[in-house]
Amino acid sequence: MSLMSLTAVELGKKIRAKEVSVAEATQAALDAIAAKESSINSFVTVDAKGALERAAKIQAGIDDGSLTSPLAGVPVAIKDNMCTKGMLTTCSSKILGNFIPTYTSEAVVNLEKAGAVILGKTNMDEFAMGSTTETSAYGPTKNPWNTEHVPGGSSGGSCAAVAAEECPYALGSDTGGSIRQPSSFCGVTGIKPTYGTVSRYGLIAYGSSLDQIGPVAKDVTDCATVLETIASHDKKDSTSVKRDSYDFTSALKDDVKGMKIGIPRDYFGDGLDAEVRDAVMAAAKELEKKGAIVEEFDLSLVEYAIPAYYVIACAEASSNLARFDGVKYGYRTEEFNGLHNMYKKSRSEGFGTEVKRRIMLGSFVLSSGYYDAYYLKALRTKALIKQAFDKAFEKYDVILGPAAPTTAPRIGDSLSDPIKMYLGDIYTISVNLAGLPGISLPCGTDSKGLPIGLQLIGNCFEEKKIIRAAYAFEQTRDYVHSPMAD
Amino acid sequence: MKQFETVIGLEVHVELATKTKIFCSCSTEFGGEPNSHTCPVCTGMPGSLPVLNKQVVEYAVAVGLATNCKITQNCKFDRKNYFYPDNPQNYQISQLYLPICRDGGIEIETEDGTKKTIGIHEIHMEEDAGKLVHDEWGENSLVDFNRSGVPLIEIVSEPDMRSADEVIAYLEKLRLIIQYLGASDCKLQEGSMRADVNLSVREAGSTEFGTRTEMKNLNSFKAIRRAIEGETERQIDLIESGQKVIQETRRWDDAKEYSYAMRSKEDAQDYRYFPEPDLVPIVISDEWLAEIKSCQPELRTEKLERYKKEFNIPDYDAKIITSNKKLADIFEETTAICNNPKKAANWLMGETMRLLKEHEMDVEDISFAPANLAKLIQLTEDRAINSSVAKEVFEKIFEENIDPEKYVEENGLKTVADDGALRSTIEKIVAENPQSVEDYKSGKKKAIGFLVGQTMKATQGKADPGMVNQILTELLK
Repeated sequence: MSLMSLTAVELGKKIRAKEVSVAEATQAALDAIAAKESSINSFVTVDAKGALERAAKIQAGIDDGSLTSPLAGVPVAIKDNMCTKGMLTTCSSKILGNFIPTYTSEAVVNLEKAGAVILGKTNMDEFAMGSTTETSAYGPTKNPWNTEHVPGGSSGGSCAAVAAEECPYALGSDTGGSIRQPSSFCGVTGIKPTYGTVSRYGLIAYGSSLDQIGPVAKDVTDCATVLETIASHDKKDSTSVKRDSYDFTSALKDDVKGMKIGIPRDYFGDGLDAEVRDAVMAAAKELEKKGAIVEEFDLSLVEYAIPAYYVIACAEASSNLARFDGVKYGYRTEEFNGLHNMYKKSRSEGFGTEVKRRIMLGSFVLSSGYYDAYYLKALRTKALIKQAFDKAFEKYDVILGPAAPTTAPRIGDSLSDPIKMYLGDIYTISVNLAGLPGISLPCGTDSKGLPIGLQLIGNCFEEKKIIRAAYAFEQTRDYVHSPMAD
Repeated sequence: MKQFETVIGLEVHVELATKTKIFCSCSTEFGGEPNSHTCPVCTGMPGSLPVLNKQVVEYAVAVGLATNCKITQNCKFDRKNYFYPDNPQNYQISQLYLPICRDGGIEIETEDGTKKTIGIHEIHMEEDAGKLVHDEWGENSLVDFNRSGVPLIEIVSEPDMRSADEVIAYLEKLRLIIQYLGASDCKLQEGSMRADVNLSVREAGSTEFGTRTEMKNLNSFKAIRRAIEGETERQIDLIESGQKVIQETRRWDDAKEYSYAMRSKEDAQDYRYFPEPDLVPIVISDEWLAEIKSCQPELRTEKLERYKKEFNIPDYDAKIITSNKKLADIFEETTAICNNPKKAANWLMGETMRLLKEHEMDVEDISFAPANLAKLIQLTEDRAINSSVAKEVFEKIFEENIDPEKYVEENGLKTVADDGALRSTIEKIVAENPQSVEDYKSGKKKAIGFLVGQTMKATQGKADPGMVNQILTELLK
């Protein structure tokens, strides 16, 4: 059995007990990557040499007692939109194909302080725009459950790497479902924390008001442990919130007695795959059996979330991505005639189709004459959606539903119909618009053998409630390793 | 012939005097090796995030209060999107929807004494851009981001000005207010104060506005005056020859005294403003506002009145002394030591101004200690030195900030007050110049001037001229 089949917390325990050295753990991850990358392609950059060097240093820290975190010595993969000092950071885009940051994102700094061993950078949809990891300039990532299928996106590389057991855990980012949906497709667990919980400093922005970094791992315990490590109040990020408590692991209790769980009827309408529906409802039954009070209710406004999201996220993206112009860093076209031609050619050649589509959409909705009709209206919709959730959380501790309407589609099926792809984000997007925490964890497989994800949504700053419910449900079934795991 | 009226509104950019930039902790110091005052934030590196410098808000509010504006206690930043290499993110963080100050105004007084209030539409905060350096020999342009992220406020006036005189009066008043607040040094040449002129003309009596142009690149009050006169003439010529003024941005070339069209309204950019998502709204609480108010220094108008009352100096003197914060500070410090406000004012208005002009310096460049001026005034009051020596010593104070007591002592410049020694010197001179003595006695009273001059020469200028006169008159009786 490979060390990579352990959870991060289990591996960390063995390392601290000196049963396994950090170098052995790191080498096991590197070996798994070497063996599986040709079929999965979950990494853009693997820094084997650097990882082994870091492993030696961390081992010394563990040995001298200065590193005591449960994650000390455990290897990790980082989504390629988080800056890592001295390590290529591409956002899976050609335009950042040569970009080596001079600073490390705060979330990764927090991991490093805890003694995590950074293995490399995971593949993603270009600039996190997409739901399949097919828009990467470095080739699509494959789903470890069936390599004919997508892993989901945009954190598809991180989720596939965990499912294929190339690493025990990874960091992802979630703007409209980019942690929860691929977690669901890959049969792993991922948390999108409350907006402002994990610093965005060093995260290359897609939709600044929606982006959050979060953990991807095999189980809820790992996710809570990683979240506890990466969450912090960071003065470098003005939207970072100073929370009363950064404890998440104390919620890992198999106890949902009296917990009120609401199931939005709106999440079970047209477009939801029957097998997904049945698996999610069965999960609700399990929680009910453990003493939770489960009720259906009407959340409302669900159908407005997608248009509001695409207006806001694309508007912000059109501005956030303006800095990639070939002037200061990144890709610059070879031949050009004057400044504007250089801008135009560098950006036309450097960005992929989906990114260009979203930049154009975003530029359009911010244009004079359209701002009120689109952007302002989307902001008002966002506020209304938040109100609808506020109302629901007056009654319920946790909201339960699917993470995605279907299981992982086949590679190539989604990009031909972007509207359909956008509609696939229906259950995850409103969580970002309202700034709420959400978790996705496996709750079964469909008849094709592809994983189904259960989503639990909490009120702002109430991660502990979803962690507790998720942990309780997790105890009802065993973790199922993907076929690529062995 | 038709009579025309000029209508002018100004957009004034002022660099604030904070030590660090608006959204990062880099230094705002002027100059420095290119790109030496930069970090990931002010060079727009991916993943970097802005954090607002509170001092910027405090300065902006202070200027707003001093210009009678309403303060927007819940304001926020917006992004202004445009591509240009000096703008590292290709958007500028500015304020459009909720600027920090609105609806103010200041009273100006033109040289002929007319008073008028110029409305201030708004004041907003924003970041400055970097600087492009064009390589004259190569094909490349280089970017220096040292200035990128230096805090600015933009003060947008109402179109209330009607002449270059009013514009200059407004700018001078604005500059004085901001300098008094310590919010900026407002140097036009160094670009810490920059004015764009929006100008249109219309037939006298008309209430409709004409089509306006915006003029940029005005680096001195003189250039502003010339540009206003030039543009007014250009627009009137167009209208009188039956042509139309085109709404456009023009660049003033002060050497050629002509403006060139930069871009017209048709190719005006759509800046696609939207709220800056990386910054949270700024809430200026009542307490914070009260704190800023309580820290407001005394402004010019109050100071002027106080000087007249407290120091009993004439209105004319008080106006000149308070026309510059630094001058007023030197005046007050000097007076506090020597307790002779009128003399202090005279030195500052007379010799100081003369020397500034001679050395082509600004008041800001004055470097002597007020204590040394105070000592000098005391020396003259004690009649320890005469006025011509005092002027000479003051030049030394002005140039080298010397201690006048020491200097006078070391160089033996004390007035020769010893009656006996001076009397014998004069007796000798009278004896040596019989012709002058005769001339004087025969009624040519002017001849005494020559004898006084000879005496001063003999005493190396140290004699008290009053005493010389007295003794001479006595001897020549």
